[in-house]
Amino acid sequence: MQNKVSDILKKVPAYLLVGIWIVIALTPLLWMVSTSFKGETSLMSTPPKLIPDPFSLENYQKLLEQPVFLWVKNSVFVATIITLEVVIVSSMAGYAFAKLQFPGKNFMFWLLISTMMIPGQVTLAPLYELVMNFGFLDSFKALIFPPMAAVWGTFLLKQFIQTLPSELIDSGRVDGASEWQIFSRIILPVAKPGLAVLGIFTFVAHWNDFMWPLVVLKDQSRYTIQLGLSAFRFEHTTAYGPMMAGATLAALPMVIIFLLLQRYFMEGLTVGALKG
Amino acid sequence: MNLSLRRGIHNREAIAGYLFVAPVYIAFILFTLYPLVKSVIMSFTMVGTEYVGWVGLQNYAAVFKDYAWWPSVKNTIIYSAVVVPAAIFIPFFLAALVRLMTPAAQTIAKSCLYLPQVSSGLVMSLVWFWIYDPFNGLMNYLIGKVGIPPQIWLGDANTALLALILMSVLAGHGSNMLLYLAAMGGIPNTLYEVARLEGANWWQTLHNITWPLLRPTVLYVMIMSIISSFQVFTPAYVMTRGGPGLATSTVVYKIFNDLFTYFSFGIATAEALLLAVVIIGISLIQFRFFASDVEY
Repeated sequence: MQNKVSDILKKVPAYLLVGIWIVIALTPLLWMVSTSFKGETSLMSTPPKLIPDPFSLENYQKLLEQPVFLWVKNSVFVATIITLEVVIVSSMAGYAFAKLQFPGKNFMFWLLISTMMIPGQVTLAPLYELVMNFGFLDSFKALIFPPMAAVWGTFLLKQFIQTLPSELIDSGRVDGASEWQIFSRIILPVAKPGLAVLGIFTFVAHWNDFMWPLVVLKDQSRYTIQLGLSAFRFEHTTAYGPMMAGATLAALPMVIIFLLLQRYFMEGLTVGALKG
Repeated sequence: MNLSLRRGIHNREAIAGYLFVAPVYIAFILFTLYPLVKSVIMSFTMVGTEYVGWVGLQNYAAVFKDYAWWPSVKNTIIYSAVVVPAAIFIPFFLAALVRLMTPAAQTIAKSCLYLPQVSSGLVMSLVWFWIYDPFNGLMNYLIGKVGIPPQIWLGDANTALLALILMSVLAGHGSNMLLYLAAMGGIPNTLYEVARLEGANWWQTLHNITWPLLRPTVLYVMIMSIISSFQVFTPAYVMTRGGPGLATSTVVYKIFNDLFTYFSFGIATAEALLLAVVIIGISLIQFRFFASDVEY
């Protein structure tokens, strides 16, 4: 009994320190949500209040003078298309690299992986030139096509599919299934957890993407929510209330996705580091 | 199986293999490999937005003479010198502490610390932009509580970079913490039991068992943190536009500016390639010096 009490006492500092850090880490987000519901006067109040008093929706009304719903719609559209294409092409390539034998396979995989460390800025100018020559500038095509070079996705799914038993494939061959049938009817259904991890990470990454859309999109009607908010910040430098309303709107879908699908986030993280 | 049938399956398998990797590989050649090669060519042949033929190292020389280059390098190094150790040690200690908690409390802590990381760099930059407001910002209110006079933060060349650093340090560090937790879970319990029998305290166990055995994970976290902190862009663009003056101009901010403000494609690609060489170099050095297979 005494042991138990001293055990708990020993752990109090752990709870305290982790608790303090949680407060530090969550304060900016809480402050964002809180500010978004404050009126102009309570925004400036000293001391600042965490709970808005009075509670006000005027920031959201002001924000709606911007085409925010269009921006959100654009973001949903672009991130969804990219997610689908990345999951499809990565699962195909990941399966081939994991389970099929073909000449040059190891070199091809190595070449793919070796570009992972190269910072994206290196390809920024040539890629800009390329999408310009394709006539993709200022269109969603510029956002949608380049991510098809899904190096990370291929790597992730190769790692995942490698752990599946090869007997599945052999039995498919014995049953006379075509290579595509083996992939689509045998491998894909058992690879679902891996596909989910990749899909979620891809969606979040492209919902949050900023630099590339900033480079290729000019017309406000094609802005993603990130780009729209950035433009708003430079047009209205001190309109913190509507700015926080917009930030809340941009962050909320990701928070919801995270809270609903936490376990996939946790699984996906460890794949690259531990099994690589 | 007879030989010709086996060869038939092999051929079929090889053709399927090429077809399956084709979509990714064609896109990879078009959107990654070709641009990589092209950027090298651009850095040796472009002035402004024009291809003028071979100019040798002219663009690289221009980078080194550029008044904004070295301050940007310096800012990036200062930023990384604080942010990378923070990204290595803070989540390490958090993981070690979280492991002492009950499973239910662990789950809550993991979610809370990971949550801030799903919001975009842009969202966090806007929020901190408001936190750093000199008149009504939360930061000045909080430091006022401990007697520090209000700062102009982003508007002052002496504090602007510090403000950007602070924003990255005071994050949840959730994903790195989860990596450490996963790796810590792989350390056999017997090691800790032996240590306890020998009277080692929590700190000694952490220092002498956990830290050395976690070297592969530490290495991974270190390389990833260096890669990302060397590429910091969004806060510099959104919060300060690299200013005041050049106080928060980072290497990637400068590359972006040279490309899309000054349209100096040759110079910008030279800068990006220099950055790539440094990042790859540092990563390889770390692999050489720190990587070793840990055996339990």
